[in-house]
This record gives sequence, C-alpha cells and structure tokens, in this order.
Amino acid sequence: MGDIALRVEGLGKQYRIGKAEAAYRTFRDVLADTLSAPFRRAVGLLRGNAAAANNLSEVIWALRDVSFTVKKGEVVGIIGRNGAGKSTLLKILSSITEPTTGEAKLYGRVGALLEVGTGFHPELTGRENIYLNGAILGMSRAEIRRKFDEIVAFAEVEKFIDTPVKHYSSGMGLRLGFAVAAHLEPEILIVDEVLAVGDSAFQRKCLGKMGEVAGEGRTVLFVSHNMAAVQNLCGRGIVLESGRLIVDALVNIAIEAYTLQGSLPSQAEIDLHQHPNRVSKGTPILARARLMNAEGILKNAFITGDTLILEFHINTVQLLKRPIIGIGFADSSGTRIFNLVSAYTKTGSSVPDLQGNCAICCRIDQLPLLPGRYSVSVSAGSQAEPLQDAIEDAFFLDVEAGDFFKTGNLPSVNWGKVLVQSEWESYEWERRSV
Amino acid sequence: MNQLTDTSSQSDYANAITDDAPLLTLRPSTGWVSLKLRELWRFRELLYFLIWRDIKVRYKQTVIGAAWAIIQPFMTMVVFSLFFGRLAGIPSDGLPYPIFSYAALVPWTFFAAGLANASNSLVGSANLIKKIYFPRLVIPISTVLSGIIDFLLAFAVLLVMMVAFGIAPTANVIFLPFFLLLALITALGVGLWLSAMNVQFRDIRYVVPFLTQFWLFATPIAYPSSLIRNETLRALYGINPMAGVVEGFRWALLGTETAPSGILIISSLAAVLLLVSGAFYFRRMEKTFADVV
Repeated sequence: MGDIALRVEGLGKQYRIGKAEAAYRTFRDVLADTLSAPFRRAVGLLRGNAAAANNLSEVIWALRDVSFTVKKGEVVGIIGRNGAGKSTLLKILSSITEPTTGEAKLYGRVGALLEVGTGFHPELTGRENIYLNGAILGMSRAEIRRKFDEIVAFAEVEKFIDTPVKHYSSGMGLRLGFAVAAHLEPEILIVDEVLAVGDSAFQRKCLGKMGEVAGEGRTVLFVSHNMAAVQNLCGRGIVLESGRLIVDALVNIAIEAYTLQGSLPSQAEIDLHQHPNRVSKGTPILARARLMNAEGILKNAFITGDTLILEFHINTVQLLKRPIIGIGFADSSGTRIFNLVSAYTKTGSSVPDLQGNCAICCRIDQLPLLPGRYSVSVSAGSQAEPLQDAIEDAFFLDVEAGDFFKTGNLPSVNWGKVLVQSEWESYEWERRSV
Repeated sequence: MNQLTDTSSQSDYANAITDDAPLLTLRPSTGWVSLKLRELWRFRELLYFLIWRDIKVRYKQTVIGAAWAIIQPFMTMVVFSLFFGRLAGIPSDGLPYPIFSYAALVPWTFFAAGLANASNSLVGSANLIKKIYFPRLVIPISTVLSGIIDFLLAFAVLLVMMVAFGIAPTANVIFLPFFLLLALITALGVGLWLSAMNVQFRDIRYVVPFLTQFWLFATPIAYPSSLIRNETLRALYGINPMAGVVEGFRWALLGTETAPSGILIISSLAAVLLLVSGAFYFRRMEKTFADVV
C-alpha cells in the first residue's frame, strides 16, 4: 500500500442550469421540451449555433478537469469563492454525487461532514439523535455506545440528553451535531464549512478538535471561508476558480493567491453609493471614499510608514448630529487589525454637525501596516445612530514594503501584524535602584 | 501546525507512487448498474435506526397515537360492511362480511401506506441525500418496513374479531408470513419505482392517491375473487399481486374453501418482477438524486 490517501484525475461535474434553477421537473416541462426541442434545434442549426443545436447551452461545469493527489496524513485546505466548485468536489469525494468525467480513487474509509447535525429529528431526544446521527454518518451501534459519554461531554448537553432536540437552543444543537461527527474516526475526513455556524466559543472548540484530528495523522480535506482557520489547520492549499484548480501549493501561498484572485484592483477613488457590501439598514449617506498621500495626490498603493489620508464624501439630507465615522482594517484572512473611530479622538470628536454634501477626512501619519492587501470597512452615522450607514470590505488598500523606522530595515511578514514606533535608551541599572 | 507537510510538486507525487488497489473508485457510471446488495447489508444498522425513528416519530405528537393504525382499516371495514355488504349484498365466500373485508383491509392498509410513504420518502429525505452518502435504497425500504408495527396492531384487532365471530384459524395460518412478505415486496417494488420517479417528476405526488384508489377496487377486498368463475381468468387476476395477498390472507386465516394456488403463483411472479425492476430502475436513477432532489 502506497502512502497516498486519495488521487483525483481529470474530475469534472456538469450540471444542467435548467435543472439547477427548477430543481425538479414536471411531466409538462418534459412534454414541452420534447415538443419544442426539434424546433429549437432546427433554429439553432439555421443560425449556425452549434451549442443551441446540440442543446448544450443549458450546461455548466461546476468542476472541470481537476487533478491532485493527497498523501496520507496531509491536511489540505480547499479554498475558492462561492460557486468555485469546492462543495461539488467534496460531494463527489464523499460519493454523494457522481462525477461526469474523470475519476477519484480513495485509499481509505471516508467520513464526510458537509453539515452539522444531518438527519437530526427535532422530536427525538439528544440521546436518540446521537444514535441516529451516528448511524447516518456510518458508525456502528457498538462504536456509538463506546463513545457516547465522550460525545455528550464534548457537546456539553449532559443535563438535556433526554430532552427532545426541538427544545435545544440552536447552539446546543450545533454542538451536539459537531460532537457526533467529531468522534467519527475515518481515515480520510472531509469537512465543509461547518465552522461557519455557531458562536466564536463553538468555533474555537471545533477548530481545536479539528486540529487534534489533523494531529493524529489522519488525512483531512477542509473547506472554509475562514482563512485564519485554513491557515492554522492546513499545510497545503488548493484554490479553485470557476471549477478549475488554479493553485496547489503551501497554504500561505494558496491563501495569498486566493485573496488576489479575481478581486478588483485596488482603487484610489471608490464609489460607495451603490456598494454591494452595505450591511446597514439606515439611510445610506456614504457617497465616496478617496485615498491620498500627504500631498493630496490620489494613490491606490501606499508604503509602510507613509502618510495615508482617507477622505469620505458624505451626502445627507437630514442633519447629522455629532457625526461618527468608523474605519476598520482587516488583513487577507479577515482578521481585524485595528479600528479608527472619529469620536474617540480629540480632533474627531469636535467635527461639527453635517448636512448636505460634505467631506470628512482622516489622516494616518505613519501607516503601521505590513506589506499586503487589506480590506477596509467603513461606517458613518450620528451619535444617536452610529451605524446608520456601514459597508463591510468597502475597498482594498495595498501596502508595499517601506522603511517604517527610517533605519533602512524593510519589514517582513514575520514581524507581526502592525509596526509600532518605540524609543529605546540604556543606562546603568544602579541608576534605577536609587 | 503550519507547514505540516512539504510541498514537492504534483508530478513528484505521481512518480513516487505506484498504483495499489484503491478502497473505492469514483467514476461516472453508465447504463444499468449493480444493486450493491453487499453494501446495503453493511448499512443494515442505519436501516434499523431509520425504521426505529419512523416508528418513534410517527405517533409522538398525535393524541391517540397508535390507535390510528387500527381506526383506519376498521372504519373502512365498517363503511364497506354497510354499503357493499348490507346494501349492495355483495357475496363474501360464506363468511360474515365484516371479517371478510377486514381480513383483506389489514394487508391492504399496510400495502397502501407503505406505497404512499415510500413514494414520498426520497423527496422527504432530501436534506439527507444532499449531505451524506449511504445506499439510497435504505430510505424506501425503511419506510415500508416501519409500517409493520401498524400492521401488527391492526392484525391484533383482526384476531379479536375472529374470536368474536367464532372463527378458528386453519392450519394454513403458518403461510401467513409469506403473504405478508408478498405484500411487502409489492409495496416496496411499486414504492421504488414511484420514489425514484418522484425525484424527477413531482407529478407522482398527485398520482399516488389515484393509484391507490383504483388499486383498492381492482383488488378483491370489497368482493371475493370467486366472482370470476373461469379458473384461468381468475389466476390471471394474480397479475395484481395484491389479489394474491388478499386471497391468501383469507385462505390462511379464515379458511375460504380452496388454496388460491393459481393466483398465488402469478402474484408472486408479478411481485418479484416489480421489486427487481423497481430496484434496478432505482439504482439507475440514484446517481441523479443528490443533484435533482
């Protein structure tokens, strides 16, 4: 037996869009299709449109020609945007659906966790659901009985174990679901986005357990949008884009490629009027953001240690009393690095009430960010309603290496997240003791 | 935990490894596929748990619980006795009409409920099918099997009625499990066809009530099959497997004159044919379930 856990060759999965939209068909549809198909084909032929003639126009490839090999004990993160084909890949590998082309060879028992608590029945008690869910995941009754106490302890539901699950809080249900799955002991574990649910304590616990599993030398395929989790757990990353494998490398390289992939180039002037990432429900007032250097020149890339001026154009019909602007900087894994809130500063708290078209700007004298791409979230509002308008990841900020300390030392990634100026001096220690 | 592994390039992996036999190879299937009965056997515990869940959940929030299993065939029997037995004067092979019809309604109700539940089973388990793999055959099989509890309850009432009417079962009662099995095979066979079709065509949902209604009257429940005088024609009646089941029940329990051998042979063949064809059709359609349901 070799040391590979799974090998995927030329894997592809085709979906018919018509089917994806109207999940199921009725006889009427089929009948209508059958009657109209020859006509449509004829029209297609006349127009010289081969796709229409062959009825291929309704087909999309969710996964196309994907090949990779995973060694035993490897922990591989699969990343990509929504619709990139991650879930389709996992569904094929866990036998839920068949590939259209290619093949996958699995050299070990596969356990798939595509959802927490699959098959839980609300009327059944926690105890009953553990057995049911365990059986669905492929555990034997003896196996479940052996791990029962451990599962209950992990889920922290001892007191409610004989209560129907419908009376559980959503957190308890999730914990129980994850607990059962976490005690599955397959040789190859496939996990999809389970960490996207639940509170942060739950996520930490799951991550811990996942790390344990990975540490035991089992093969893990892990899909998540949480880049920090992927970076923590996985050694290797596979990036999918529109169904194709585009990067297969060390996890850090893969994450870097993912964050850059398909994202808009950073801009110096960003229209915030109709921003898709607006998360607030109040009246939008943020109209535009502009990035400038100390001289007021628009720029889209800044150097560590440079002056960064963020100018926001605000358009408000109603008088904005005691305005509050918030700016959040997050790194490529989505971790917030720092926030700037106008009201917490001396100059920011004395900004006058705003009305009509006006601009408000924020100046960072020494940009403390390390080289990389950062996403910036913005909020604007009044003291009464500070988050009247809020946009998550409103724009990108690209930072290039610069001489922050003016000493000729260029910062590198392992310096941390931010740079801080500090003063140093030395003296004889006796001086302090007197 | 970072950098657990080195990343030699892909071709290195490929070169370093000689192909051993994989535990499982996933590739597109074409045409008819095997039934994978061995795999089904491996998942028997899941089958057990699903049956157990169905039974447990079914009556959990109902007020009179398991009594429903009895009320349904019993009330139908009352209505039949009143209209067909009393008013229309339909013959009942010399037996009291209520027990004549009830002995048929017990297996029939098991069949009809199994058929209805099975044909909805896949659509009802869509969340399972989309999220986890197991042999899909487990789903309709468990739904049909879980009806056995209801059957036993209704059957107990049949026994009580037999005592009340003073009818002793004949020695042929040992064949009863066979007739139950025949009903089960028929329900499952039709259920497999309909459940797989229901995934593609939701029209099936509306077809099932019609189908069971027609089938009810095409089965000798309200009337005896002895109405057909010609022996050959009567045997051909067995093409409807439920005819064999119902006549078999009456023969084994109530001792209607002769063994319905002709009907039985044809019924058994028809039922097995339904089951095997249904299972293959189901397996053939199975690969589309997760994408379409």
